[in-house]
Amino acid sequence: MIAESGHYALVLALGLALIQSIVPLIGARLHDAALMNVSRSTALAQLLFVGASFVALVMLHVNSDFSVANVYENSHSMKPLLYKITGVWGNHEGSMLLWVSILALFGGLVAAFGNNLPLSLRAHVLAVQAWIASAFYLFILVTSNPFLRIANPPIEGRDLNPVLQDIGLAVHPPMLYLGYVGFSISFSFAIAALMEGRIDAAWARWVRPWTLVAWIFLTLGIAMGSYWAYYELGWGGWWFWDPVENASLMPWLAGTALLHSALVMEKRNALKVWTILLSILTFSLSLLGTFLVRSGVITSVHAFATDPTRGVFILLILCLFIGGSLSLFAGRATSLKQGGLFAPISREGALVLNNLLLTVACAVVLFGTLYPLAMEMLADFKMSVGAPFYNLTFAPLFALLLLAVPFGPMLAWKRGDLLGVMQRLLAAGVAGLVAIAIAWGWASGGATLAPLAIGLGVFVIAGAITDIVERTGLARVPFATALHRARGLPRSAWGTAFAHAGLGVALIGIVCETTWNSEHIATMKQNDVAHIAGYDVKLDGLFQRQGPNYREMIAEFNVSRDGEKISVMTPSKRSFTTRGSSTTEAALLTRGASQLYISLGDANADGAIAVRIYHKPLVLLIWWGPVLMAFGGVLSLSDRRLRVGAPKPARAKQRLQPAE
Amino acid sequence: MRRMMAAFALLMLLALPAAHAVQPDEIMSDPAKEARARELSRELRCMVCQNQSIDDSDAPLARDLRLLVRERISAGDSNSQVLDFLVARYGEFVLLKPRFERQTLLLWLLAPLLLIGGGLALWLQIRRRAKTGADTPAPPLTAEEEARLAALMSDDAKSS
Repeated sequence: MIAESGHYALVLALGLALIQSIVPLIGARLHDAALMNVSRSTALAQLLFVGASFVALVMLHVNSDFSVANVYENSHSMKPLLYKITGVWGNHEGSMLLWVSILALFGGLVAAFGNNLPLSLRAHVLAVQAWIASAFYLFILVTSNPFLRIANPPIEGRDLNPVLQDIGLAVHPPMLYLGYVGFSISFSFAIAALMEGRIDAAWARWVRPWTLVAWIFLTLGIAMGSYWAYYELGWGGWWFWDPVENASLMPWLAGTALLHSALVMEKRNALKVWTILLSILTFSLSLLGTFLVRSGVITSVHAFATDPTRGVFILLILCLFIGGSLSLFAGRATSLKQGGLFAPISREGALVLNNLLLTVACAVVLFGTLYPLAMEMLADFKMSVGAPFYNLTFAPLFALLLLAVPFGPMLAWKRGDLLGVMQRLLAAGVAGLVAIAIAWGWASGGATLAPLAIGLGVFVIAGAITDIVERTGLARVPFATALHRARGLPRSAWGTAFAHAGLGVALIGIVCETTWNSEHIATMKQNDVAHIAGYDVKLDGLFQRQGPNYREMIAEFNVSRDGEKISVMTPSKRSFTTRGSSTTEAALLTRGASQLYISLGDANADGAIAVRIYHKPLVLLIWWGPVLMAFGGVLSLSDRRLRVGAPKPARAKQRLQPAE
Repeated sequence: MRRMMAAFALLMLLALPAAHAVQPDEIMSDPAKEARARELSRELRCMVCQNQSIDDSDAPLARDLRLLVRERISAGDSNSQVLDFLVARYGEFVLLKPRFERQTLLLWLLAPLLLIGGGLALWLQIRRRAKTGADTPAPPLTAEEEARLAALMSDDAKSS
């Protein structure tokens, strides 16, 4: 019954989405408020029904109802409850259901909190949302129904892919989807603006918080996925330039550009056409990501499905939406008036540079991902594009971007004083140079690029701090005044500083990990000691344990430094009986921001085991950076200027605003 | 205890056919040559894997390739000779960093071309607009917005 109810709820949601696709648009044509308001109720009802459908699938998984094919193929009665729930989206059908659930959630949010939107804009936005939703409901119902029954229900399930049986699956896909799908809102706003032929600064003001929400989730989702790969896959890599990783990175790059260009549009009413285009591109890249992952065009650890009908269906959706929106853009963009003027050297100019660099970086990733595919089909030339290519092309672009980052927030709108900004950034520049010198001396020659990159990271962080110091006048006025000013600073200023500093932090982490990572690969017997980066790691012994749905072999290592015992590390290898596959559970010991990382290889017949021990200096900065960036995003989101549907601003207290 | 461990280890060996990326027995005695081998391994694709370098991959083929790379290095090949050897055997597909040639021209030149082209176009546009254009006025308010503005303004008048 549950499965059928879930299926039926999904069909009803499709019906509602179809109504929502058409009726509000007719209402907008006829200026009929009642018809336009239909969008609101259908969006909320859709959320209800898709939610019910999703809950139904969760219940089926929790109850281990193996008469449902999806549950049989991805679950096991002995699986811990957490993984029974997360297993819902650890497969193609379930993850698509999560995708549309989140889409419905965003639609519902616009419906519920979009009261201050002009009626016709809201009607258009929700109608476009419904087009996307209808396409994907159809996709699920036609090609990937998660509620299909099996005629003769088996007694036990086939279990979930062991690599996915991890807390990471609980967090990574939902976060990522909140990001991907969140960009559908800015897409819908862009299409609505094109259809209405009307766009102004207020539009940017409505779009920015939604983009920011999506961006925050995508940032955290990518970082989370990277950390998951780092500890789960067992060789300490955290970014592989895998096509599917690229698929998530591209919307992030475009979305970051969009955030910045929407800022220009909101403040200065400029870059309108470009912002619209970026909104379209960002979501198109999200769709492309979905296509790449779901179609099996590109093989990857993330690809669940390799069913050609699904690929063709998604390709159709992709062409329809990307082609349709770009044609609409081409037809209507010229009618949008260009707004405020600015000199090349200005805050706007800096943001345009940011957009240029981010878009080129995005294009590099897009090309790198699709080029081999195109060459194979068009020229019958098989080639690969991997990490070494991106290191050579992507990294310089980002270095340029980072070099420019501290200047952006300090330049004035319209016409900036580059020399003045350089003077104010002198301290930050000196900090960067000192960092280069220290890193150079400490590494005593060695890698030449690494100290420079560290200096760049320090410059970015110091630049972010300088911006806040300048705005509060910390160096010029009494501390109490500065503190008062700091409290009066708009949250978005703090958000900018945190997000930009996060970039620097991540860069330092990346450079330190890749340059000064030390590793020790050896076959170890009991009581053998490995020496790495000043630590003594002794293998105390091997033993085995029975888990709920696996057996594991655990190696116990005693870690000490200068004869002083620090900790015990227990990496393990789990072997899952149902699937006959195994996972490596690395052991991590965190010391400050650095980590000691041990993973196990194969055991020999004589009781020795292959061990890989890594010391990864400052590796955690790689993920602290994105967390800082997301935190900056949250701060910026809480800025009252951006609060959606915020009550009347308190005008009684005159807030101190810095001159911008 | 030792015997139990040995028996268990054997069991694990049977249960887990998967090898691990670079294994202890592969490592060359000369650290300089080993470093070169690792460096090369990171640029070579494990052809049966999903976009992994042979340095990262667990697959048996990756192990064979790693050993082959080390063999060539011990035989005195330079880095580029090793790569040439592998390309001759397996085709360009094996290189994670595509060579700069006719088929990959666009791929390699994309970033600089876009950057220069885009930058130039933007610069020209900004300059042209700065010379000719004046700030365009904001579009007129719709009737609905006028009404809302009036309501807001009257609110303002009351509260202050």
